[in-house]
Amino acid sequence: MTPTGVPTVFLVDDHHLFRAGVRSELGDAVDVVGEADEVPAAIELISERLPDVVLLDVHMPGGGGKAVIEAIKPAYPGVKFLALSVSDAPEDVIGVIRAGARGYVTKTISGPELIDAVLRVAGGDAVFSSRLAGFVLDAFASMPTDVEPLGPFDPELDQLSPREREVLRLIARGYTYKEIARELTISIKTVESHVSAVLRKLQLSTRHQLTRWATERRLI
Amino acid sequence: MVAGPERRDHRYIADQFNPWQQQHYFDDRRADRAYRRGRYGRHRGHGRLQRSRDNRMIAGVAGGLAARLGRDVTVVRIVLVLFGLVSGFGAAVYVLAWLFLPVEGSTETIGARALSDRQGITIVLALIPALVVILLVASALHANFVSSWGTPLLVSAAGLVLVARNADEDERAFLVNSVKALLQLGSESRQSRRSFIARLGAGVVLFALGVFVISDGALSRSWLRPVVGTLLIVAGTVVLLGPWWFRLALDLVHERQARIRAEERADMAARVHDSVLQTLALIQRSADHPQEVAKLARAQERELRSWLFEGRAPGSFGAEGAATLSAGVEQIEREVEAAHGVAVDAVTVGDAPLDDELRALLEAGREATVNAAKWSGANSVSIYVEAEPKRVSMFVRDRGAGFDSDAIAGDRQGIAESIRGRMQRHGGTAVIRSVPGEGTEVELSVPRRPGRP
Repeated sequence: MTPTGVPTVFLVDDHHLFRAGVRSELGDAVDVVGEADEVPAAIELISERLPDVVLLDVHMPGGGGKAVIEAIKPAYPGVKFLALSVSDAPEDVIGVIRAGARGYVTKTISGPELIDAVLRVAGGDAVFSSRLAGFVLDAFASMPTDVEPLGPFDPELDQLSPREREVLRLIARGYTYKEIARELTISIKTVESHVSAVLRKLQLSTRHQLTRWATERRLI
Repeated sequence: MVAGPERRDHRYIADQFNPWQQQHYFDDRRADRAYRRGRYGRHRGHGRLQRSRDNRMIAGVAGGLAARLGRDVTVVRIVLVLFGLVSGFGAAVYVLAWLFLPVEGSTETIGARALSDRQGITIVLALIPALVVILLVASALHANFVSSWGTPLLVSAAGLVLVARNADEDERAFLVNSVKALLQLGSESRQSRRSFIARLGAGVVLFALGVFVISDGALSRSWLRPVVGTLLIVAGTVVLLGPWWFRLALDLVHERQARIRAEERADMAARVHDSVLQTLALIQRSADHPQEVAKLARAQERELRSWLFEGRAPGSFGAEGAATLSAGVEQIEREVEAAHGVAVDAVTVGDAPLDDELRALLEAGREATVNAAKWSGANSVSIYVEAEPKRVSMFVRDRGAGFDSDAIAGDRQGIAESIRGRMQRHGGTAVIRSVPGEGTEVELSVPRRPGRP
């Protein structure tokens, strides 16, 4: 955080027009401490400036956002990542989340929503777009009643609770956290903790189906 | 690879002008060979021996070996097969390589995974008493042949058990398919069954003859024994398993072609993503600056055209009419966006082939989406569709003006009724929730017909 209390943000995207657009949209709500247009430069600058949040593109030459996260995450666990992409390819999105991003939003997100997402990630929460919620439901849905689990099955990690499923469904339907809280008559904090729990499962589950699902989707 | 011959050619032309240096040309050729060996040597230095993914008949061990040694893969295969025939240990070594060599592009071996497969290890341990029994019987009968083949065959069997239990999805599929093909050999039509029995008989006779010749020495000249015996065994094996091998090879070719196609498609998707989607995102953001939009669109059009004129097929995705639920939802997304200039954000979970009920659901959903685009005043509409085993639901939501459900204007009433009526005719339900000032959500749902996938 800067002395004024706004989070510091680093931008990684190989399209400079896009970086300029995001920068102007973020405005004074955050402090943009740097940007990079390729993976090695991003890794170097991020480990030098240690921003609160890295906004990064999923698709980039040289390994994409996933490579940046994998290089920074082990050494600087305090740096948080928010993936920003036009990619709707589920295996890219799931890949970058599993590498350690705290959320995924599409590039068509509006300015205020983007600021909200950055602040949320800076505060330690997870950010799910409706599309990511759909991917997660899809990945965890084809299971587990009809398919015999391959390998060790950990119900704690490999299955969503009914409540988490409900929350994800509402996110996929376009509800905000506030609206979800009202709909389910729970607090916003509870909604946030459900979403964080889903993020954790998504990152830690070793279920074979998760990878198989992503590959199958790619081949459509 | 190309660098070597090219270099040689240049030198060769230079040498034409200086006959005294002709010798150097040959030296250079030797150097070239050494250089190529060096290349492989370096390769060997940092690249571990891996099983080949593309070049495989069974597990890709021969392909991997060939790549590492710089030899032709067919030669390596022949050597491996001969090795396997001369002593059963060849097969065992192959299976162990399958277990302990990682496949190309992966670092994890099947063996590493097998370590945590307790049940598989139990099965393998259970094979040991079987081996002991076989060896005891063999030594009692003085059948050296059996005892020399028993150990490697059991090692292979144990290895195969672990591979089958712990391999990747695609290798497992390969194993299952080959076993299935083997089982199907004798059970197709009556005629093929007769020919199968004939083949089985001929194969077994040839095989047994071969074993007999090798072990008993019916031939007077001793050096002929292994040669004729091996030939007979090979012939018997080919007669027995030839069609099966042929089918496996055919399957492998098909699988390889499918993978190449998939890779091509993924490559194309990546290119479209990098250019077209990025530009479209930029256009959406610069919607307030018409000049900027026109510039971006023109640039993108140029790029796309030049790409298409490179001779690459533009791809077939989206070309076919909507045959599935998700394709239908995408169609709604496209059409409403194009006709009403409103962003439609659709998320689909699960999928199903379209039947009458689902078509009705999509039609009602399209009407609800068009409604939202036309009347709500919101600049985006969210669609969420979920196909569950028992039912399919669709939610259409906007954050627009909304309306008071108790005091709906006449035309709105009609629209609501047409959506409701359509759903009810197909055994489904429609619920419309709206709060003035907050927006509207239409929830549609139909049960899925039993027996449908």
